[in-house]
Amino acid sequence: MNETTVSTHGLDQKSYFDKEALSTNQLKLNKEQTCIETEDLRLYYGSTLALKDISMKIPQHRVTAFIGPSGCGKSTLLRCFNRMNDLVDICRIEGKILLDGEDIYAKSVDVAELRRRVGMVFQKPNPFPKSVYENVAYGLRLQGVRDRRALDQVVESSLRKAALWDEVKDRLKENAFGLSGGQQQRLVIARAIAIEPEVILLDEPASALDPISTAKIEELISELKENYTIVIVTHNMQQAARVSDYTAFMYLGEMVEFDATETIFTNPAKEQTENYITGRFG
Amino acid sequence: MVIASKEGHTLKQFDEELAELRKLVLEMGGLVEDQINQAVKALDDEDLDTAREVIARDHMVNGMDIKADEKSVRLLARRQPVGSDLRMIISLSKTVTDLERIGDEAEKIARMAVHLYDSDNPISNTRMLRDVFTMGKLASAMLHDSLDALARMDIEKAVKTAQGDEELDREFRSSLRRLITYMMEDPRTITHSIDILFIIKALERIGDHSKNIAEYVIYLVKGRDVRHASPDTLATDALKAD
Repeated sequence: MNETTVSTHGLDQKSYFDKEALSTNQLKLNKEQTCIETEDLRLYYGSTLALKDISMKIPQHRVTAFIGPSGCGKSTLLRCFNRMNDLVDICRIEGKILLDGEDIYAKSVDVAELRRRVGMVFQKPNPFPKSVYENVAYGLRLQGVRDRRALDQVVESSLRKAALWDEVKDRLKENAFGLSGGQQQRLVIARAIAIEPEVILLDEPASALDPISTAKIEELISELKENYTIVIVTHNMQQAARVSDYTAFMYLGEMVEFDATETIFTNPAKEQTENYITGRFG
Repeated sequence: MVIASKEGHTLKQFDEELAELRKLVLEMGGLVEDQINQAVKALDDEDLDTAREVIARDHMVNGMDIKADEKSVRLLARRQPVGSDLRMIISLSKTVTDLERIGDEAEKIARMAVHLYDSDNPISNTRMLRDVFTMGKLASAMLHDSLDALARMDIEKAVKTAQGDEELDREFRSSLRRLITYMMEDPRTITHSIDILFIIKALERIGDHSKNIAEYVIYLVKGRDVRHASPDTLATDALKAD
């Protein structure tokens, strides 16, 4: 008992990397209703392989966050879900992406209709140079809705769902550019909601916003997940921890780990994930 | 499950702060261990000076408790730790609470030593104290091993230490039975028996706190909460692969 004293120096920290197995949270994830599923998804930019055999199931009416260092492919993956990558000439895709079980890259798919079902919000708010009202009504007008009362109703309910109504109800006719950055971002979300999508893709939706506006967007996300499946790409890990139910960590085009957010941030299974979330990236 | 430590944080300051907290907690552990050993030794040697020293030193343990708490709070507020960093800070912070209580138990034992030897009716039958030394050795070894497991993140040692609490509990129960026998045979021993009862109870509590520390080590390394498990399931829970 007395021959050794507790040494406080030269602490020997062992590494423990255990065998892979499903955590209880992963079992929970497997039980979720799937909204989007990818099967061995590969994406090339020219000859560069940007996404490597990604197979995952994104659960319905949950918030799924993609995290990972710049260039890991998280935005690229997000943009696959509404075929935004079609706009990139050198981009080529192998494998499958299913939305509600249907291949979104099938020839019969109408891309405009797909993008109605899968809305997207970008890092920088991109309202149209029109009034607040017209921004939200835009999608419906494109669909040929003319009835003023129907439009009014959708504009109001969308702005309410986007937690913006109270702030803009007296300035619906004003140009959207007059709103603050945070308000513009919520306006863009309202515009996406107005056409009743199933999925909302958020690509760094709060990275250009101040903390209060960020908090409002985050609050909005947790309200929206009741009715929509939300996929969010974020550089801000605390944000992923705050808003998402499930988190996917990506690195160099690979899906390293996908699990309940709680597990990813308290006890991830992979060393790479641990190194990234704790800020030990080499 | 995953302890990322080979590589430091990109933020070097974070590494330093974590290392400082670890060092402080282990130093506090060393001090508390010494407090127990000195308190039991004071009983053994009838050494009142040592006993009083133990009592006087308890404020140092309390001071370290406060300092470690401050460091933990600052780390949580400033670094928003996640993963193994979070588990490390939570485990260390809980360890500190148990160490502080162990410190209080050591002080209690020292006070009882003073009471037993420095009164109008000092204890004469030192055979009554025999169990105290057996239990003192066990309790002190448990604390030592749990701190060692913490310093080395040695999960097998942590499991063994946690399981060792059963032996200490058994010793406590048989000591208690012997004390009752003394009291029944000779009511004049009741006063001393009660003092000794307080001492063995304190030692039994030290075992419980050491077991807690060992369990925090399992949580720290494996991310698995094994508290309140039976001794058998504790080992299987702690050591099984993920």
